[in-house]
Amino acid sequence: MSNNKKKIVIIGATSAIAEHCARLWVKDDVIDLTLVGRDSEKTERVAADLRVRSPQSAVCVLEADFIDPLAIQQLVDKIVAEAPVHTVLIAHGSLPDQAACQQDLTTCHEALTVNGISPVLFAEAFVSHMQKANQGTLAIIGSVAGDRGRKSNYVYGAAKGLVTRYAQGLQHRLANTGVKVVLIKPGPTDTPMTAHLKQQGGLANVEDVAQLIVKAINQGTPVTYAPAKWALIMMIIRHLPRFIFNKLDI
Amino acid sequence: MVLSDRNQVIQQLKSSRSGIAHGMGRSYGDVCLNPDGVLWQTTSLDRFISFDEITGRLVCEAGMRLRDIQRLMIPRGWILPVTPGTQLVTVGGAIANDVHGKNHHVLGSFGDHIHRIRLVRTDGEIIECDPQVKPDWFAATVGGLGLTGVITEAEIQLRRVAGPWLDAETVPYNNLDEFFHLADTSEADWEHTVSWIDCISGGGRGIFMRGNPANTGLCPEPKNRKLTMPFVPPISLVNSLSLKPFNMAYFNLKKWQAGRSPAHYESFFYPLDNLMEWNRMYGPKGFFQYQSVVPREVGRDAVQAMLAEIARSGEGSFLAVLKTFGNRQAVGMMSFPQPGVTLALDFPNKGDRTLKLLERLDSIVRGAGGRIYLAKDARMPRDLFKAGYPRLAEFLQYRDPGISSAMSRRLIGY
Ligand SMILES: Cc1cc2nc3c(=O)[nH]c(=O)nc-3n(C[C@H](O)[C@H](O)[C@H](O)COP(=O)(O)OP(=O)(O)OC[C@H]3O[C@@H](n4cnc5c(N)ncnc54)[C@H](O)[C@@H]3O)c2cc1C
Ligand SMILES: NC(=O)c1ccc[n+]([C@@H]2O[C@H](COP(=O)([O-])OP(=O)(O)OC[C@H]3O[C@@H](n4cnc5c(N)ncnc54)[C@H](OP(=O)(O)O)[C@@H]3O)[C@@H](O)[C@H]2O)c1
Repeated sequence: MSNNKKKIVIIGATSAIAEHCARLWVKDDVIDLTLVGRDSEKTERVAADLRVRSPQSAVCVLEADFIDPLAIQQLVDKIVAEAPVHTVLIAHGSLPDQAACQQDLTTCHEALTVNGISPVLFAEAFVSHMQKANQGTLAIIGSVAGDRGRKSNYVYGAAKGLVTRYAQGLQHRLANTGVKVVLIKPGPTDTPMTAHLKQQGGLANVEDVAQLIVKAINQGTPVTYAPAKWALIMMIIRHLPRFIFNKLDI
Repeated sequence: MVLSDRNQVIQQLKSSRSGIAHGMGRSYGDVCLNPDGVLWQTTSLDRFISFDEITGRLVCEAGMRLRDIQRLMIPRGWILPVTPGTQLVTVGGAIANDVHGKNHHVLGSFGDHIHRIRLVRTDGEIIECDPQVKPDWFAATVGGLGLTGVITEAEIQLRRVAGPWLDAETVPYNNLDEFFHLADTSEADWEHTVSWIDCISGGGRGIFMRGNPANTGLCPEPKNRKLTMPFVPPISLVNSLSLKPFNMAYFNLKKWQAGRSPAHYESFFYPLDNLMEWNRMYGPKGFFQYQSVVPREVGRDAVQAMLAEIARSGEGSFLAVLKTFGNRQAVGMMSFPQPGVTLALDFPNKGDRTLKLLERLDSIVRGAGGRIYLAKDARMPRDLFKAGYPRLAEFLQYRDPGISSAMSRRLIGY
């Protein structure tokens, strides 16, 4: 299926943040959108919504294994074979219970895999195609949690730190090519992932975060904090001397 | 508790303590509140499910905001037939209060345009109802104040529209007789009618506004645009009660020479939506809303009596809206709209003084055989509730025992 619509692929398309990015994309343009999720029925519901929003856009759904490297490679090859990809957004992730990760290695392993290894494998599979074509934008959602390990969520943070370091390396590798790598680090955002934190307040609006992501992708910005204030907050956190940092209950 | 996956709602409700659905929380009273209980937040149930471009039937999740429907569909030639004075409400909330707009005399209330509702009960049962299938459940749920279950999706009939513009006209009136004359003579030719009424002078003067969808299509701005916002309520012109806002608005309008002009649908229908948190200006104690409807036969006298009561109290309602409802019965057992005239008021909360005034208004409404709008109530006495909503006993058979709100405990006892 080859046409001249911009082709965008979302990995983890049921993510609330990604879904809102997709809404913005179909609002602005008629696109060719591929939604990849682990549960096709749930992903289909996102697709149905987007089809109502943009009847002219082509929206298709693919169910995927997010863990198996071979399956990831095959899926990505198949997607790219159909038409060259303009933009990829890798969005999946899950916020584990830190205490559970400390008690149970299986939980810990899962958290590291889904938040760290899996997104990197998807990125790696796409990026080799993009490099060959010498075009395209690859966006990955990391997190402010990846900036400095904290006792309240360092397993998740370590996986997101892996993504950060990976994106950095990729940007270095592709610096003189037509491929752009965009890393987004959201702060706490109001999505199903943080539903249990909603009472505490202070969560960013998911539409605002999506807006910043879409803008960063359009401009090919290497690193974006969303909302922007987190750039400053995390700079301070990263630079706090250890003797102070260790006294903080964060 | 956040509801975000419509297929998970059953599990969530089954495992939840007693709660109540909460949409955008735009109700002024306590219908969507539940101190010490659970609020089932629906705004993440915001997906479209399908739209038929030929019939105009839209299926969507219940947390969808009316604004999102309008902004997507109006450029495509479809519009929600009925919307309230704010578009920042959800489909579920609009059904549960069977909300009305300025076109009640032509198109009734929100529930008149619903083809189907999917309702999830706290015991896990799913009830699909429409005006033909399980019509009793449908009639209980439209205007059902969230008490019959949680609506997860609905099918809504949209209506053809040429574009976002209306032909609007403003006409000042000097007393209630003139108002009723304007209302009667406008009903046949104007789809939308409403008026702002001056509560300070007690004389019953006001500004009558009417509008029809314009045929100008999607063109950016109709030509010879004199005034695109003739419907901005007096409230926007002031930031202090002492300014006698109505007078300012009134005389400004006079100055502009009230008359016909094109208006954009957002400023025509939802003038307050751009004034985020406008209600803050009432100060920390907030304010009371008071909206009643009284039968047409006694309407003039009842409204006159209420205006006199307000003028006498010196409380002066800031935003007073007077409008006639058409001669039609609503779908819902507990729906607010009924044939007659509706007066919506708001008063800064001055404690006992304000409550006393509202009690005097209650007795006028009671005497006239009217009712008070639950979406805007936090204080009406039970006897007035029972008298105003004669189908209460019938409605209670459809209540979900796992659902309770501040309003249901206050007025129904559980
Ligand atoms: C500026 C302004 C102007 C207004 N103008 C008008 C007007 O012109 N006409 C009019 O009729 N009203 C008007 N209203 C009132 C408003 O339209 C209603 O209160 C409306 O119901 C609010 O919808 P919501 O989504 O905020 O629901 P909420 O206020 O959160 O809830 C309202 C009721 O709906 C129930 N509910 C919400 N979602 C669901 C669901 N999914 N399933 C079951 N029950 C549910 C709640 O339990 C509650 O009983 C106005 C309000 C404001 C603030
Ligand atoms: N929300 C925040 O506060 C926040 C802050 C910083 C970073 N982030 C990051 O932002 C991204 C999007 O998150 P969100 O906030 O939009 O959360 P969300 O709505 O909960 O979405 C999470 C997504 O990850 C998928 N997923 C979860 N576990 C998975 C697994 N084991 N295997 C495969 N897919 C899995 C989910 O798929 P299903 O729908 O099938 O479950 C869903 O698509 C994530 O990378 C997250 O880490 C979020």
